Amino acid sequence: MIEARGLTKRYGDTTAVDRATFGVAPGRVTGFLGPNGAGKTTTMRMILGLDRPTAGEVTVHGRRYRTLGAPLREVGALLDARNVHGGRTAYNHLLCLAKSNAIPRRRVDEVLDLVGLGSVAKKRSKGFSLGMGQRLGIAAALLGDPAVLMFDEPVNGLDPEGILWIRTLMRRLAREGRTVFVSSHLMSEMALTAEHLVVIGRGRILADTGMAEFIGANATSHVLVRSPQLTELARLLAGPGRRLEPEPDGALRVYGAPAARIGDVAAEHGLRLHELATVQPSLEEAFMRLTGETVEYHAGVPGAPDPGGAVPPGSVPPGAAAPGAGG
Amino acid sequence: MTAPAAAPGAGPGAAPRRDVRRVRFGHVLSSEWTKIATVRSTFWTLLAGAVVVIGFSALWALAFTASYDQMSARDRATFTPMLPTQVAYYFGLVVFGALGVLVITAEHGTGMIKTALTAVPRRAAYLAAKTVVLGAVVLVVGIVVTFASFYAAQGILASKHLDGSIGDPGVLRAVIGGGIYLALVAILALGIGTLLRHTAGSIVLLFVVLFVLGIAGGFLPSSWGDTVNKFLPSNAGGAILDPVHKSGSLAPWTGLGVFAIYTAVVFAAALILFERRDA
Repeated sequence: MIEARGLTKRYGDTTAVDRATFGVAPGRVTGFLGPNGAGKTTTMRMILGLDRPTAGEVTVHGRRYRTLGAPLREVGALLDARNVHGGRTAYNHLLCLAKSNAIPRRRVDEVLDLVGLGSVAKKRSKGFSLGMGQRLGIAAALLGDPAVLMFDEPVNGLDPEGILWIRTLMRRLAREGRTVFVSSHLMSEMALTAEHLVVIGRGRILADTGMAEFIGANATSHVLVRSPQLTELARLLAGPGRRLEPEPDGALRVYGAPAARIGDVAAEHGLRLHELATVQPSLEEAFMRLTGETVEYHAGVPGAPDPGGAVPPGSVPPGAAAPGAGG
Repeated sequence: MTAPAAAPGAGPGAAPRRDVRRVRFGHVLSSEWTKIATVRSTFWTLLAGAVVVIGFSALWALAFTASYDQMSARDRATFTPMLPTQVAYYFGLVVFGALGVLVITAEHGTGMIKTALTAVPRRAAYLAAKTVVLGAVVLVVGIVVTFASFYAAQGILASKHLDGSIGDPGVLRAVIGGGIYLALVAILALGIGTLLRHTAGSIVLLFVVLFVLGIAGGFLPSSWGDTVNKFLPSNAGGAILDPVHKSGSLAPWTGLGVFAIYTAVVFAAALILFERRDA
């Protein structure tokens, strides 16, 4: 359980996190979604007591992180996989962390095997690939068998197999009743992993809601229609509360009418249908809509930097759309 | 804009309670010991310090014995069997100091500090553990190296029957005190490293404090410069290495005490900033 109340971080004139209030509950994967520079990492650093909030507070299990006696046994975090001393072996790196929190030595071997680094345990980590470094960071997060886990952009640098592995791991950790808080700017990744969403843009929390509710509230479903008599059908469908948008490939998007109604209209007038499909909105659409609004909100600010760095829809790397995409 | 939903209540299986072994300062100490023992730079820095102190001491003893016959009576009179070690310390101090700097700046440089502070968020305890481990390591190695440096020099000085014994007045105090001085230098360096968070900058500053200040002090007018000179860090700390109390310098333990105060002041400033700054 993580709770932030009015959490604020200012660096001079720049407000990185602006009165953020949200909760992260156990038993499910909570996605922390926002464009790069939205304040995700700063928020996570404040949760971990690395950065001091300018105002507000954030607690883990009701306590501020800096007051935890054995933090690694309550919170496991992966912020940046490069935050290790490369001169130390993977085993020794984890051993240093384990000792500081009175975690038994055998647990080091356990987590190394768990993340698949058992064979390179005695190698110095400066020779690790980004993916191996990421696994070492995850091993460190799991070291204390904590009830709360946080991952900042965990799929960065992982190959498709690694991405699948971490997705499965996060879901399993959540099923075990743990609090899993994972940040990403990749919407497709969030769509596959998270059940709950905290959305941040320009330091402000834009939504703290279930994945389905978020999409439902911020994007509307439509019906895709194909017919050889589309012009006629379109004339019949037009009306108040309806919006018709032709697709480039000759299909028609119908907003504001359910598929059943459209089918009935076609049947009543003897028009042939080649396709009639309800299209659920995607997380991308919902997100673009939401961040689009924040961009407008800030448009009047003089000297404001590029509009929220909103992620263009095409920017999702191929790895993120791996098995089971579209779920 | 969607209003943030109220924070969800405790879901299923909120915060599984588990057996929690209490973390004590000893655990943090043990962690810091593992850290210092598992990077190669520790070994190499200590070896470099040993080679410099023992090597320069032997070299200086060789040079001194070779030119002894041509020396004036006045030059001969200032000689003590500790002199080769004292000369070698000029060069050795910064090497042992470098270890103190690296212990913290290597963590800032690599980002390890962030991982380390999530494991031990009580920063005063963290810095204290580092200090105790570093101080203990340098104290033990420093005393051993100083003994070795003393005996290496005596072996060479013996050819002119100039060698002294560890039992001579003030010699044992100078050797043991030298080890303490090295440990304090390392801790001062750790403080500087914590303040600056940058390896090269910290070593340069340490070099200025231990080396350049002492030289610059030599140019001051003697009317008041003599007093200032006594209190300069390297002169105050170095007083412990003199078997006999020289005029113009502080008494051995007084001098080391003054150096300890400088160390404490720098360390206190470092701790305050370390507590306040974002990691």
